[in-house]
Amino acid sequence: MRLRARAAAAVLAAGVALLLAARQAPVFAEVVAPAAPVAPATAKATPAVPESPQVAQGRYLAVVGDCEGCHDRPGGAPYAGGLPLATPFGTIYSVNLTQDRETGLGAWSADDFWNAMHNGVRRDGAKLYPAFPYPYFTHITRAESDALYAYFRTLPAVSYRPPANKLPFPLNLRFMVGFWNALNFKPDNAPTTGPNPGQHIVEGLGHCGACHTPKTFLGGDKNGHALEGGKLDNWLAPALNSDQRRGLGAWSTADVAEYLKTGRNARANASASMADVIRYSTSQMADADLAAVGDYLRGHPTHAAAVGDVRVDPKVMQAGQAIYVDECATCHAADGKAQPGYFPPLPGAAVTQSTNPTNVIRFILSGTQTVATDAKPTPLSMPSFGWKLDDAQVAAVATYVRNSWGNVAPPVSPSDVAKLRRKVGKPIQKPSAKV
Amino acid sequence: MATKLPSVDAVLIGFGWTGAIMAQELTDAGLNVLAIERGDWRDTPTDFSPAYAQDELRYYWRHELFQRLSHDTLTIRNNQSQTALPMRQLGSFLLGAGVGGAGVHWNGQVWRFLPSDLKAKSHNLQRYGKAYVPDEMTIQDYPVSYDDLEPYYDKFEYLCGVSGKAGNLKGVIQPGGDPFEGPRQREYPNPPLDIPYAPSLFGQAAASLGRHPFPHPAANASRAYTNPLGVQLGPCTYCGFCEKYACGNYAKASAQTTILPVLMRKRTFTLKTNAEVLKINLSPDGKTATGVTYVDEQGREFEQPAEMVILSAYILHNVRLLLLSGIGKPYDPVTGEGIVGKNYAYQITSSVNVFFNDKILNPFIGAGALGVMINDFNGDNFDHAGLNFIGGGYVGILQTGARPIETHPTATGVPTWGLEWKQAIARDFAKTTQINTHGGVMSHRGNYLDLDPTYKDALGRPLLRMTFDYGDNEHRMSDYLTDRAAEIAKAMGGREIKANYRKGPWDVVPYQTTHNTGGAIMGESPRDSFTNKYLQSWDVPNLFVLGATAFPQNAGYNPTGTVAALAYHAADAIKAQYLKAPHQPLVQA
Repeated sequence: MRLRARAAAAVLAAGVALLLAARQAPVFAEVVAPAAPVAPATAKATPAVPESPQVAQGRYLAVVGDCEGCHDRPGGAPYAGGLPLATPFGTIYSVNLTQDRETGLGAWSADDFWNAMHNGVRRDGAKLYPAFPYPYFTHITRAESDALYAYFRTLPAVSYRPPANKLPFPLNLRFMVGFWNALNFKPDNAPTTGPNPGQHIVEGLGHCGACHTPKTFLGGDKNGHALEGGKLDNWLAPALNSDQRRGLGAWSTADVAEYLKTGRNARANASASMADVIRYSTSQMADADLAAVGDYLRGHPTHAAAVGDVRVDPKVMQAGQAIYVDECATCHAADGKAQPGYFPPLPGAAVTQSTNPTNVIRFILSGTQTVATDAKPTPLSMPSFGWKLDDAQVAAVATYVRNSWGNVAPPVSPSDVAKLRRKVGKPIQKPSAKV
Repeated sequence: MATKLPSVDAVLIGFGWTGAIMAQELTDAGLNVLAIERGDWRDTPTDFSPAYAQDELRYYWRHELFQRLSHDTLTIRNNQSQTALPMRQLGSFLLGAGVGGAGVHWNGQVWRFLPSDLKAKSHNLQRYGKAYVPDEMTIQDYPVSYDDLEPYYDKFEYLCGVSGKAGNLKGVIQPGGDPFEGPRQREYPNPPLDIPYAPSLFGQAAASLGRHPFPHPAANASRAYTNPLGVQLGPCTYCGFCEKYACGNYAKASAQTTILPVLMRKRTFTLKTNAEVLKINLSPDGKTATGVTYVDEQGREFEQPAEMVILSAYILHNVRLLLLSGIGKPYDPVTGEGIVGKNYAYQITSSVNVFFNDKILNPFIGAGALGVMINDFNGDNFDHAGLNFIGGGYVGILQTGARPIETHPTATGVPTWGLEWKQAIARDFAKTTQINTHGGVMSHRGNYLDLDPTYKDALGRPLLRMTFDYGDNEHRMSDYLTDRAAEIAKAMGGREIKANYRKGPWDVVPYQTTHNTGGAIMGESPRDSFTNKYLQSWDVPNLFVLGATAFPQNAGYNPTGTVAALAYHAADAIKAQYLKAPHQPLVQA
């Protein structure tokens, strides 16, 4: 089961659809409802009374765990839950973590909380769906669990009951999770912070693999392929390992830390689902922890096969280059080097060279917006080209950027583009020959 | 009946450049600020895509970024003997609408006024005498000096990442810059844009005649730039869709690309869009602004109380709202009494086309403030003795991009349509350039703004009426500038030139400049001005009026640099003095 398919991507897609509609009928642009400026959810109120070291630790661990990423819904109180998580198996709504006794965690003990984090079991004994990433959280220590619990005890009670999950039979029967656990889950018998703080964060609270590890058909992590890149919500969560082309092998530790802190660095800009992770979690993490994460990830071994011989039709490259010069070069520059830290360079980038071309196609089709952080507040963006380039054109320019300036990656076919376009946006309107 | 809302520390009316500047400064000072904007929310990622910014029909000809005149326009006449009629299509100036205001579709031409521009009356009287400054010329000195404004000019230039070359650093003239400018404390934040062929030809020709050419200071970033607020601007791509368009490349400075990413994150700032302020409310004694009344898109009225009211709309809307709110005494051109609406001024432009046979100029390369200028004939940079006018303007080639529907200059004798016209366009399009002159307009007794007695807007309120014409001073000045431009045009060595003098009364139809000024001017005393030097109303001390509304008369430069500097100057006074003693005048009358 995919664990972190997020509503944000759906909102993005809806926004793009709106943009497409406005574009195709300019006359409607002025009556489109204004997008209300949304206050960012990052700034936390500082507590009026000094909090205990344990609560302070729990507050920080809640940031590391990106709890708000799933447990805040738009317009709702922080941690009150209700965000729909679209999984391939149905929609699961995040629960209320506030101290309300009826609808939240108000009646839970520290042992109850530990049992959920460590074993994936609810206070009433029912099994939690692994949309709640207990297969990762099982690696946190009891002291960390207790700190989180102590912090959640300070959240004001908000009475709110999220909608019922929408899962088909028999997945709606919670005991079915037992079978899933038998195949995919092993509680950590001796959780420890260990000698490698980066590993502890990545494999534990950070639950990076929830998105970045490829899944089995049941949604469990593929054994032996940790952090080699996963799919979610029609995006590719890229490989987080030492792979030079498709992972973080060419990044420095400081590159990773800067990316996680500010949402951008000289190599890449963060958007889509990663934007929420950065907004709620990593932009607020301690620099030392981010460096530890960077150290661990870029040294993480890769088992992916090397990129073999790639054959690209020269005609496709020529067409792709022409489109690139017309549409892309103003920001990304003719040599692809772009404006590092502003608009991301394409040579050497994982987004261009990942074996699975989903992201490069999707960026061209839908555009994207860099996450705004306190450190880097500008919402630098790439526009949508889905309305003006047809499938063959998108495929050509994607193939071109994947195989220029030293990049090597399998070509993209028009049918790859058509497939993704069907999922994320309207097909291009071809002018009728009769008109 | 209006619904009464909870009070805020400061309410801003209009959210363009000055609104964003003031909101940023006041929230920094800890105030709870609400801005009310009648237009739409607009932002770069969602509204200004470089994938379709080049849609000339949509943006320029169909006015997508501009004010909808079916909702609200103004009436126009040249003098009091005429009946003013509504302007039903934008022409001479292009009013903005929506978040960012006209600062979204501006060119990014960032100038400082000359020290002598700010002393226009005393300086010219002293140098040229009464004959040059007759009584009907109602000009005044600004109550601020160039030195007062210098730090604030600097602040705005660094906010925008202006690309340029200093000509006067702390009194030392710098090669390659404008030697006539007032002294600046430091160099521009970014180097000049790359200069295209035609402006470089202009520079060579101007220098050969002893003039002093330099690259136009541009709020079009010549390289990637992070401003002091931490906001990132991308490098200009010279796409040619800057003037009259929004920038999708984060390269042209606007509220969106310099301030809003920081401001919108603040919990002490709120922006209401699609809400139009109907009037500023006053206490019964008329000495305190109690807030504003506004109407939303559903027609619901709200009363928004505020400790401080800041009028930060476009100058024409500022003046109209003062008149509609009954604040200040309306100006009467017959008696010369009254203040509100007085000293409305504008600018006067002309051009000279140069046609080459042998030079491909690639005029489609462009940016809003990309070009080479001379200030030898601006302000009082030259001796006016014997010329019988005061003031001046800059002359130069501004290559904003020869957008195809808009750009079809033809040589003398070419018909205005038909086969011959088409052939001439095809022959000359890439081999033609245009020198522009951009002159200031002085204030004259008969040029003013008031409420129209007949025509009303969509909400039933009287339209603003503009009574304006160029005076002899302006025509003489503009003709002089055009002659100087023609001299340079000849020296450029083309096949032929065509000088387009500005003849006759002011005409609202052809585009000239969106540099309207005055109507609630700043000054030394309540007898001759609406605000003091901190843009604070003399009559209503918790009301501040920002923008070119404050200019006692216009200068030969684009106004935005001075508009922003005055806003920062006011913001500093509010933060340092006013907030310690609210509702008190910052200058004793």
